[in-house]
This record gives sequence, C-alpha cells and structure tokens, in this order.
Amino acid sequence: MRIMISKIGQWFDQRLQLAAPIREAAEHPIPRNTSSWWYVFGSAAMTVFILQIVTGILLALVYVPSGGEAWSSLQALNHDITLGWFIRAMHGWGSNFMVAIVLIHMVQVFLFGAYKFPRELTWIIGVFLLLMTLGMAFTGQVLRFDQDAYWGLGIGASIASRVPVLGPAIVKLMLGGPIIAGATLSRFFALHVFVIPGLLIGFVCLHVLMVLRLGINEWPMPGRIVKRATYISEYHELTKKDGAPFFSYGAWKDMFFAAFIIVAVAACALYFGPFGPTGRPDPTIIQTVPKPDYFFLWLYALLSLLPPSLETPALLIGPVLVILGLLFLPFLSGEGEKSWKRRPIAVLTVLLIAITLGSFTHLAGTTPWSPHMNAWSSDPVPDRYIHDSSALERQGALVFQVKQCRNCHSLGEKGGQRGPSLDSVAVRLAQDQLIRQVIQGGGNMPAYGKNLSPAETTALVAFLETLHPNGQAPARDASRDVALSDEKESALKP
Amino acid sequence: MATKPALTPSSDATMSRRGFFTKLGILFNGLAASVLAVPIVGFLLSSITRGRANGYLSWVPLEKVSEFPEGETRLATFQNPYVMPTDGKTVDTACWVRRIAGEQFQVFAINCAHLGCPVRWFPQSGLFMCPCHGGAYYRDGSRASGPPERGLFEYPYKVENGMIMIQAGELPTPGAAMAELTREKPPCAS
Repeated sequence: MRIMISKIGQWFDQRLQLAAPIREAAEHPIPRNTSSWWYVFGSAAMTVFILQIVTGILLALVYVPSGGEAWSSLQALNHDITLGWFIRAMHGWGSNFMVAIVLIHMVQVFLFGAYKFPRELTWIIGVFLLLMTLGMAFTGQVLRFDQDAYWGLGIGASIASRVPVLGPAIVKLMLGGPIIAGATLSRFFALHVFVIPGLLIGFVCLHVLMVLRLGINEWPMPGRIVKRATYISEYHELTKKDGAPFFSYGAWKDMFFAAFIIVAVAACALYFGPFGPTGRPDPTIIQTVPKPDYFFLWLYALLSLLPPSLETPALLIGPVLVILGLLFLPFLSGEGEKSWKRRPIAVLTVLLIAITLGSFTHLAGTTPWSPHMNAWSSDPVPDRYIHDSSALERQGALVFQVKQCRNCHSLGEKGGQRGPSLDSVAVRLAQDQLIRQVIQGGGNMPAYGKNLSPAETTALVAFLETLHPNGQAPARDASRDVALSDEKESALKP
Repeated sequence: MATKPALTPSSDATMSRRGFFTKLGILFNGLAASVLAVPIVGFLLSSITRGRANGYLSWVPLEKVSEFPEGETRLATFQNPYVMPTDGKTVDTACWVRRIAGEQFQVFAINCAHLGCPVRWFPQSGLFMCPCHGGAYYRDGSRASGPPERGLFEYPYKVENGMIMIQAGELPTPGAAMAELTREKPPCAS
C-alpha cells in the first residue's frame, strides 16, 4: 500500500516538480527564539482570510446583489435556509476578527522592528494589505444592504464630494449614478467579491514569499543594531548557529493558534449570531440612527468632534498623511535598534494611537453629541424638581419638555448630552443670562426666540431658576439689587 | 563547413530581425490595448459623463399644494427621475416641504448638509435635528448648531396645476450640482 502511494506521489512530482521547493519552504531555518506566541498573528490573519473566502463563496450561492432583492435574500439566509444564519455570522465575525488580527500583527511587527532592512517592502505590501482589509470591511458592510448600509454610503458620498473640483465626479463614480441605488450595490459587490479579494490574494502571496525569502525577523535583542552592510550575513550566521527548521519547530504554534481563531470565530457566530440586516434600505423611512460597524466607529466620533472648519481638510489630508507615514516608515528608520525596550517613542506612539482610537470608539458607543430624539416625550422631569413648585414653575417644566430642550439637556442624568446638564443651571446662570441664552442661543445652542412666546419664556426661566442643589444658592446679579433698591429709594422720595 | 549560427544570440543580423519583430509585437499589443481602453474607460466613467450639464436633474411631481397646510412643515416623498430595474425601494426619496404662505414654499432635502444622514423635523421647537452628529437647523433650513457648515439643501420648486414640482435627481452632497442650485442663507433664525 505504502509503495503504491509513494509511486503515485512520484508520478505527480515528476510532472509537477513541487515537492522540493515545498520541502525547502517548510524546512527553511528560523532563529530558535522566533518560535514564540508573538509570531502567530500573520498566519492567523491568513487563516481568517481563507475562512472569509470559504464563507463568502457559500453566501454568494444565495445572496442577490440587487437593490430590490439583496435585503430579502439576506432575510432568507437568516431564516429560511438551513444554517444560513450561521454562515452569515461566521462571515461577519470573521471580518471583525480579520481587522483586529491584522492590526495586532501590524503593531507586533512595528514594535519588533521587523519593518527595518531588508524587510521594507514586506512592510509596504503589508500596509496595502491593511488598506484592502479595511476596504473589504467597508464594502462588506454595504453588501449587507440595510438602513445602516444605505446611510453609510451617503456619508461616504458626502465625504468624497468634498474633494476640490473632482468631488461630484468621484461621487457619481462611487455610486454608479446620481443616487444610492441598484447600480451602487452592484459595483460594491464587484469590488468586494472580485477586485479587492483578487488583489488581496496576489499581495498575500507576495507578502508570504518575501517572508520565506528574507527569513522571519529574529527576536529583537536590545543593543543588536541593524546595519545595511552587515545585517544579512549576521542573520545567516544566527540561523546557522541557533536555527531550527520552521516545520515543525515554529509551525506548531501557528497551527494551534489558527485552530483557536477558527473556533473563536465559530463560537462568536454561534453565541452572538449574524449582524443584521437592520431595517429595509428604504430612504423614505427616516426614523433611523445610522451607525458604522465597530472598526469605523472612531471615525464616526471624530467627525462629530472636529471643529467644522477643520473637518474637510482633516478628512481629505489626514488619511493621505497617515498612509504616506506608514509607507515611508521603513525609509525613515530602516536601520538601528529593533527592540521595543530601546524605542520609547515607538512604544508611546502605539499607546497614544491605541488610546485615541479606543476613546473615540468608546465615545461612539454613547454618542454624547447626538440629540436624544425621544427624550422630550419619554423621559419625565424628575419628581423632586417639581415638588413644592409654583404653578408658573410647573408650566415652565412643561415648556421645557414640549420644546424638546430635553433632547439636548439632561435632567437627573436622563436626556441628551449635546448641551450641558441642567441639574444645577441656576447656580451657573442668573435670570437675565438664562433669558438671553434661551432667546438668542449661542455656544452651539440654537436660538429659541421665534419659537417661544414671552409667557413661555417667563415660565421656562422660572423653572430653570429652581434648578440648583439643596444648600447651594442660585446665581444672582448683585448689581440688580443695588439698582432695584436705588429705584425704590427714588420712588419713595417725594 | 560554413554553418549559419542563426539561433545563437551572437549573430547581429538575425538579432535585429528578431528584435524588430519583438518590438513590432509589443507595438501591436500596445495599439490593441489602447484601442480597447477607449470603450473600457468610456464604460467605467459613464456614470459621470451622463450626468454632465445637469443631465440627471429633471422636474418631478411631488404632491398637491392642498396637502400642505400653511405655516407647517410636512414630510413628502417622490420617485427619483432616473430609475434602473434593480433599484428597488432606493429610488423613493423623502423631503421636507415647508409651506410658508400661498404658493410660497421651501423644499428641503432630507440629507443633513454635514454628512447626509436623514434630518427630522420637530415642530414644537421649530428645529430640524440630525441623529448622526448632532446638526440642527431652523425652520427656514438655515444652520442652527452642530457640525454642518451650511443650511439644509433646497430643491428648486414650481407650482403647476396645483401640483408642486421639484427639480431633483441627484443625491444632495456638499459638492453636488444641487448644492450650487440652492442659494446660501445667512445663518440666522427667521
């Protein structure tokens, strides 16, 4: 039997001639200390990518890339087709895992100095792989053709339209027409299923080939300096003196982690289920709060918090600078120290970026900048604020609710956070200041002068003046007492 | 014996002949590629070239004037004039119609002038509010607060036989032709 198998093997190898190069690749020597759990993220990213291809093909068996039918075909996958929901969930969670693993892989490569000579081009191709991964994430979100996808495309189009001169043309090219419609979905389908995956496969092959040709980056030792003239011979000496074949000295950890990741994706898919689709992509349904998927939440937050005048330059120039910075990184520091222990600025940069992105993502979860559209009708004024109050003050509390002040201002920690909380507004603003602020607005508050009658304004301000903590006196205009007492005195004088 | 070293690279005469044909081959392929590029690029850019000179914009009927009470703002929907068979519901578009008085209207795009999310009208406070990044507009569409840099986009309108007609057909974005059609308003409450 064995002889039979080896004969068949020989027959194929005589024709294919692949056994020798495969063996050479599998057994190429790697520095012993790179057999570490830190080195598993690259192969894990590729594993998830393969998983995405498989689940993607399965979804394509049912999915219809048509503006009229995409949403229903996703519903059919979720509800009618056996295990359709699971394949959708695997693909959706696989996408989240892929973005996360690619980012972790990039941070590890950066901190281990692996982008330095002679692996500059491996890094540059890696940057393109990151961009394509994000491109897959965005186009994939569009294929889940629901309300979030529809309005997400609108946001993309609004950003693109701000490009000077070419803006409108770019929008029409992106949408495949004048509006978000069937043609838009078709072209995002082509991008998500043919163009970007094709490029990804090609670039992944190049990326892996270069890792094999140049050898895996050795474990960075503080004080071991990379120099163009000597690095390659030093590396070969290292792999000769303290090396081991990749298979299976390093490969078993990759295999363990790959299996763990696949199980993790499947577990998330099983437990959390598929993503959406949310409501039908019908632009006449306007009761919607569109939000991007988690990897673009930081951008959603940034767009709310940037000053309006900075927004367009930041949106158009920012990404270019970031991408150029990443591409030129290996040329700026292609030599020198590799160890993170001797590269404090590199470590701080990673921490700063991680904390910034993390904070923005967290903020996007609570969206303090958005008015709470239903606060005025669903969050009542807390009892304690209208206890023992006069009729006028109660009327003011009504005005406060009916005029939707609550959508932006919270009371008792309920309501919008767009404007300041008003639980102690009377301590901050005196009566005159309250009237002025309500009528004229300012400081990002709309003016309500045209929408409040004098009686409503009086009642509202009377209510606002009661909003101060017990034992803390409301603000008052000291000169007002003097002016009023002067008035009284002059009135008393004959 | 004088043998012809025809296939060795050292022969200058045959090299130039082969070299000539190689170059000619590359030239032919280049020609074929550039001829083919014309329809390919034309096809790819067709969504831009068709829209030139407001080609996408046309007048579409909205609703009867009588549907809109004076002094109020109501939601209306219309069908985009440019329809493809696979569009589904996406060609139906919403807009806010404010009837100021008589035949004097303002027809606002549903899309926030910041990044295009659908704005909602709150008649009690007389504000349009955006759920995405917190933009707010007054009843006349001018900017009230938040990240938008301008007021709401307006569709040009006319009244014909008791019907409101609007000029529509493009997604209103800050750079679109529609944005140029609508005039900028001073940022103040009306």
